[in-house]
Amino acid sequence: MSAIYVLWLRELRRYTRSRLQILISLGQPGLYLLVLGFGMGAVFRQAGRGSYVQFIAPGIIAMTILYSATFSGISLLWDRQFGILKETLVAPVPRLYIMLGRTSGAATVAFLQGALVAVVCLVAGFRPVQPLLLPAAAVFVALIALVFAALGTTFGSTLKEMQAFQVVMNFVVMPLFFLSGALYPLDQLPSVLAVLTRLDPLSYGVDGMRSLLLQQSHFGVMLDTAVLGTLAIVLLCVGAWRFGKIAA
Amino acid sequence: MMISARDLTCRFAAHTAVDRISFEVAPGEVFAFLGPNGAGKTTTIRMLTTLLPVTAGSIEIDGLDPMRHPNEVRSRFGIVFQDPSLDKELTALENMDLHAALYGLPRAVRRSRSGMLLQAFGLWDRKDGKVKEFSGGMKRRLEVARALLHTPKILFLDEPTLGLDPQTRNQLWTYVRHMNQNEGVTVFLTTHYMDEADRMAGRVAIIDHGRIVATGAPRQLKESTRKESLEEAYLAIAGTAVREERVGAVDRLRASARAWRT
Repeated sequence: MSAIYVLWLRELRRYTRSRLQILISLGQPGLYLLVLGFGMGAVFRQAGRGSYVQFIAPGIIAMTILYSATFSGISLLWDRQFGILKETLVAPVPRLYIMLGRTSGAATVAFLQGALVAVVCLVAGFRPVQPLLLPAAAVFVALIALVFAALGTTFGSTLKEMQAFQVVMNFVVMPLFFLSGALYPLDQLPSVLAVLTRLDPLSYGVDGMRSLLLQQSHFGVMLDTAVLGTLAIVLLCVGAWRFGKIAA
Repeated sequence: MMISARDLTCRFAAHTAVDRISFEVAPGEVFAFLGPNGAGKTTTIRMLTTLLPVTAGSIEIDGLDPMRHPNEVRSRFGIVFQDPSLDKELTALENMDLHAALYGLPRAVRRSRSGMLLQAFGLWDRKDGKVKEFSGGMKRRLEVARALLHTPKILFLDEPTLGLDPQTRNQLWTYVRHMNQNEGVTVFLTTHYMDEADRMAGRVAIIDHGRIVATGAPRQLKESTRKESLEEAYLAIAGTAVREERVGAVDRLRASARAWRT
């Protein structure tokens, strides 16, 4: 069991040591939040929807977690050929522990990254309606991180080529973000888009955060939690199965 | 026998990478696998080290079947892979500690043996340095030291000196020989440098197209082919034709690794 802990700790150490990278990774969410947030603000307000920065802040936090968690999961592809992961595969430790250590580490790093972006959001003017629900929102954020870290592990264990990395980023991760309602409200959508957004797990993540932080919900926080919780379990199982199949 | 393989075979779809090979390695022996690229050296190591299922035939590592008792077998060997496998963001000592934790070494043993090995491999002064600042030779030495941390009975070295200069290669082999003599660890190595095999190995096996075409002490191979050096003997046995290797996913990964200089 200590194997899970040391692998988790290793992911955490790598993250906290790469200060520059932490700073760089704030760039994209910062751009979305400030440029899009303030750029679209007037239009959003005129439509009677209130503050756009307020509206997209949970979406930007979710986006950060999505990218961070899936990216570190998929980079497992690299790590298993040119990194320490190869070493762990010949260690007398069940594969499941290695997968859990690595995935929980990726999820924790994504969570921290999300928390950092949350601070940026607060500085930019984001104000939670119910500050008392922040801990509940944090649990929700952790759940999102776990879902997408497990998804990343699944891809990272299955893919064989770095080119596939680009394919996954462009055809899985980007659509997950754009269909999640992170940037727009989910009501009054054209029917095709309405169906697609309902199929996107991140929609439930963004919605859950909005309902806890802003008291606005499309699906209801119970459904959000149920969907993400179920998906976390399913993806962890699939990830463990795929990880067990790696022939290094 | 420390390692014994009988009619060992590995087939991928249409391609037979390893074709009914048999060999034995005695405890304390230094045994070298020689052969052109794509001959099946790494595939054999992958099967011996529980990373790849055996298609047919059998393996015993210290009397155990890697397929049936993977974890018992894993604790009995240490391995240095062809590709680097250190965490470059961590220090030398942290890399050692991670390995020790994965192999369940008690804290006291971990400290003393890490220290001893880092000293033996000339890395003690740099134990708190990040691996990304290490030279190629230092990284390789650290990998060998790490592989020996849990006092394995067998040390697998898959082309450990690839890309190193002659001085660094010489130094690495001196360290390995030292550990072989001091701790009696059995060494199973592959290399393209015939002078290394000649100097290090008690016995070599030449593998080509997935089959073992010759086995024996370097001296015996030189005598039977009437050649001066092992290199000439090797070319006489394996032929001088260049093998056009099929490029697979791993080779493409390596190409990107070179491009990114990681």
